Amino acid sequence: MTKQLVALRVNRRLHELAIESSWLLLDTLREQLQLTGSKRGCDDSSCGACTVLVDGIPMLACTLLAASCEGREITTIEGVTEHGALAAIQKAYGDWGGAQCGFCTPGFIMTVKHLLATTPKPSEEKIREALSSNLCRCTGYSQMYEAIKAAVEAEQKGLAGDEKNAPSRT
Amino acid sequence: MSDFSVVGKPIPMIDAAAKTTGAGKYTDDLSLPGLLIGKILHSPHPHARIRHIDISRALELDGVVAVVTGADAPNPYGILPVGHDEHALALDKVRYVGDNLACVAAEDSRAAERALELIDVDYDILPAYFDPEESMKAERDLIHENKPHNLEKDYHHVFGNPAQGFAQADCTVEGRFIANEVTHAAMEPHSTLATFDLDPVTGNIGRLTVWSSTQVPYYLQHKLSLVLDLPMSQIRVIKPLVGGGFGGKSEVIPLEIIAAIAARKARRPVKITYTREEVCWAHRGRPRTIIDLKTGATSDGRLTAVEARVIQDGGAYCSYGVVTILYSGALLGALYDIANLQYDGYRVLTNKPACGAMRGHGTVNVRFAFESQLDEIAAKLNLDPAEIRRQNLLRPPAITVNGLRVQSYGLPECIEKVVERSGWAERKGRLGKGRGLGLACSHYVSGAANSIIRSDMPHSTVNIKIDRDGGVVVYTGASEIGQGSDTMTSQIAAEVLGCLLSRVKVVAADTDLTPIDIGSYSSRVTFMAGNATLRAAQEVKRQIASAAAQKMGCAPEELIFRDDLVFRRDAQRGVPRLEGEPSGENPSRQRSRGRTHEQANTSQASVAGRVEGQILRGSLQQKRKEDLTPKDFMTFEEAVVAAIDFHGALTGTGSYAPPAAARGGKYKGAGVGPSPAYSYSAQVAEVSVDEETGQVTVHKVWAAHDCGRALNPVAVEGQVIGSVWMGMGQALTEEMIWKDGLLMNPGLLEYRSPSAAESPQVEAIIVESVDPEGPFGAKECSEGALAATIPAISNAIYDAVGIRLHEAPFSPERVLAALRAKKAAKPLNLTEGVDPTRPTRFREHGGALCFKQKGPERHELDASRAR
Ligand code: FES
Ligand code: FES
Repeated sequence: MTKQLVALRVNRRLHELAIESSWLLLDTLREQLQLTGSKRGCDDSSCGACTVLVDGIPMLACTLLAASCEGREITTIEGVTEHGALAAIQKAYGDWGGAQCGFCTPGFIMTVKHLLATTPKPSEEKIREALSSNLCRCTGYSQMYEAIKAAVEAEQKGLAGDEKNAPSRT
Repeated sequence: MSDFSVVGKPIPMIDAAAKTTGAGKYTDDLSLPGLLIGKILHSPHPHARIRHIDISRALELDGVVAVVTGADAPNPYGILPVGHDEHALALDKVRYVGDNLACVAAEDSRAAERALELIDVDYDILPAYFDPEESMKAERDLIHENKPHNLEKDYHHVFGNPAQGFAQADCTVEGRFIANEVTHAAMEPHSTLATFDLDPVTGNIGRLTVWSSTQVPYYLQHKLSLVLDLPMSQIRVIKPLVGGGFGGKSEVIPLEIIAAIAARKARRPVKITYTREEVCWAHRGRPRTIIDLKTGATSDGRLTAVEARVIQDGGAYCSYGVVTILYSGALLGALYDIANLQYDGYRVLTNKPACGAMRGHGTVNVRFAFESQLDEIAAKLNLDPAEIRRQNLLRPPAITVNGLRVQSYGLPECIEKVVERSGWAERKGRLGKGRGLGLACSHYVSGAANSIIRSDMPHSTVNIKIDRDGGVVVYTGASEIGQGSDTMTSQIAAEVLGCLLSRVKVVAADTDLTPIDIGSYSSRVTFMAGNATLRAAQEVKRQIASAAAQKMGCAPEELIFRDDLVFRRDAQRGVPRLEGEPSGENPSRQRSRGRTHEQANTSQASVAGRVEGQILRGSLQQKRKEDLTPKDFMTFEEAVVAAIDFHGALTGTGSYAPPAAARGGKYKGAGVGPSPAYSYSAQVAEVSVDEETGQVTVHKVWAAHDCGRALNPVAVEGQVIGSVWMGMGQALTEEMIWKDGLLMNPGLLEYRSPSAAESPQVEAIIVESVDPEGPFGAKECSEGALAATIPAISNAIYDAVGIRLHEAPFSPERVLAALRAKKAAKPLNLTEGVDPTRPTRFREHGGALCFKQKGPERHELDASRAR
């Protein structure tokens, strides 16, 4: 198959890539750009491990054609870290046991990022609803709720970067 | 009261940031220059003889570098020494839909996939067996020629005098329970990358290096050596991050060997990553189990005898099967005090993917039956379910009738805790229509006391090296698979050495660098690798102490190592405390989590320590002169430098082998079940049942777990919650559905692993019985809780709507059928006359990639063919 030149904007950087029109965004990110943070966990768009933000909306990179993302702003897990430091949600996932094996974690963080961007103080029900787009096989999700609550608290107190005040359990 | 500075604290996993930033590498994230992608051709037939495989057309395709078949590596292997019945690629026969035939290594995955379609295979189709009870009647067309009646293994154990026990019973209950097949469904599909070095002298293929998603690098190294005819020293296995295992990666999976065979033929690195459907075919999950159980009890609820007949549908290969069927019987013991026990176990071969070890290996399905039947007895005798369990507690230290040694035993406290927290006394039976509470207990081994490869070698060995920089490097073969093994290791090392956690670096699971460890399965890591770490750290500590004691003019025994300082016991008061340091009081459950203290410590202490260390390194002699007056304390780094000046390099080794007293009895099969320590669990589930739809909802589970000591409470809670959650999946939705040997639901959505929307709140309650032999008293916490969840839910369903479910999962169809039978007041045996392979749901989209023909005719022995 012939390749075409596509300009993809990923994590605020523009990449010119020669790709086939049938290539999926997930494979393109992982194989062409070596952005291996987004994972493949299934064959049928069911696990959410590949979730990335396309123009701020969580999308399954395994179900999107790379070429169709030209002109969009793509954010992967590698683009979440803020100024080289962990974002509040990343730190909270680590502190509260939201990640065990960690394979599902990048996908969840992208989903949660969108949740918190649209609903800064989500209710537990809202959190469950949002998380149900992704699957985790290790945690039973409970410790993720704690992590998300802690991240919300940290964001609100503006303490995300202040190491002296970890969120306390409520 | 315990007084630890690192152990018992809710410390984040040491690799948390690697996971939350996406920087951590799993096998499929790795690449090498010249990497080829391997794709495997799978059998579309459940049972067929291979007449001929023609790979010539595939080889001609552009981009294809090599095609390998069974002839390229004909040695058989299997995880158990008694079960070497597998070939990485089929030699003469395929035995399940999905069995491996050939592998193409090509420049990219598209070329490899296209090439698969060009491989021509000629088969002689054989009759296939799908139902274990039918399979046991087989006289011909056996799945393995050396296994008459397709019986992999059967065991018949009698302990005490069951006949007499039943004669003493006032109440005897009998029943058949069925638990359908479930699978691990770890989020990371299996992946392996293999590459050969060229021999520097001859230029031939030399050493093999394999990166693989495995729970046991050592076993992989061992089996690779067997199949590839290479000495183990010529093979290096490295385990990168692993995205969950649950037992599915605890044995050697075909792709791990196939990748190496392909790399050898292609003379280039080859990576194979399974699709989700291939993961389902690789399987090794929990077998469908038929349990005929009979229990007798006196009128006050004392158990007099238990008789169990267990049939496991093992699939086409032995895998861990012999161990699974033994666990099912052995772990009837060690939870309650049962004097008379009879067990008949049958592991049967069928033409489906092999079943193996899955979280709660062997015990889960039998525990479901047992705890449900115990509830039936309680109901008959009009006893409270909590009371009947209290009536049958062990009195440790004890040796059970089947030879299991029980020391620490937190079960009584677990029962009290869940009864109290769930409001059992006030709420049970009073929650209104359709809502109820159920209670159940379970236990599990903290590692098997006898390893599957018979030898006297220690089960775990750990090396520790400390250099002048004050960094502590721990070399361990234990495999981090998400359960927190590396974090546990560094916590134990830091606690023993009294140094900061941030000083500890763990080098794990690389057979070139780390000593042999038999890996992460049967919940053995904390107990065994933990003990080995403890011993290695103590050995290094002794060396540091003797040097430091000289400097400080005291005896080594007088020294205390704590908070990155070494000080004399009597001088404790005068030692300065670093700001922000944990003060050592018992951690309250409410305290904040995170790296706060740890990082504050690191920055300050290491700055101080480093400056001090450099002075020492720079002008040691000068410093020595100043040191003539003995000091009250030294920093950890000073003490390390003193020791290195004194002894030379600082290294220590520790190992662990289970004590002889914990290794069990002498009868045939006695090797499986014994463990140095057992964890205990009690759970109460609150459920509601919609009588219109049959839908069961779990609202909350209270789960008390005796883990000996919680070395890291966040991690322990995470493991307990995860186990309960996985048990709930098996109880309500998860089931592998087969039709003529073809898996009907080979995807996560159709398999129905629960999402956040249907997951209950789980309240994990930690019970610490402090085991006399565990590291700091710790036992396992990752598997034991799972087995109690299924019966707790089924008992709660009984409390809610008065139906007793004998087949898991408790799907709406089964609940509705039982409700209807109850209304019609005539008993309905759901499992009688039903074709067990009959699917209850169908795939709605997709289809097996390589499955181009219709399924074969049902075998004439297949019961459902008659209809
Ligand atoms: S890889 Fe599973 S949804 Fe994309
Ligand atoms: S942490 Fe392992 S799958 Fe979610």
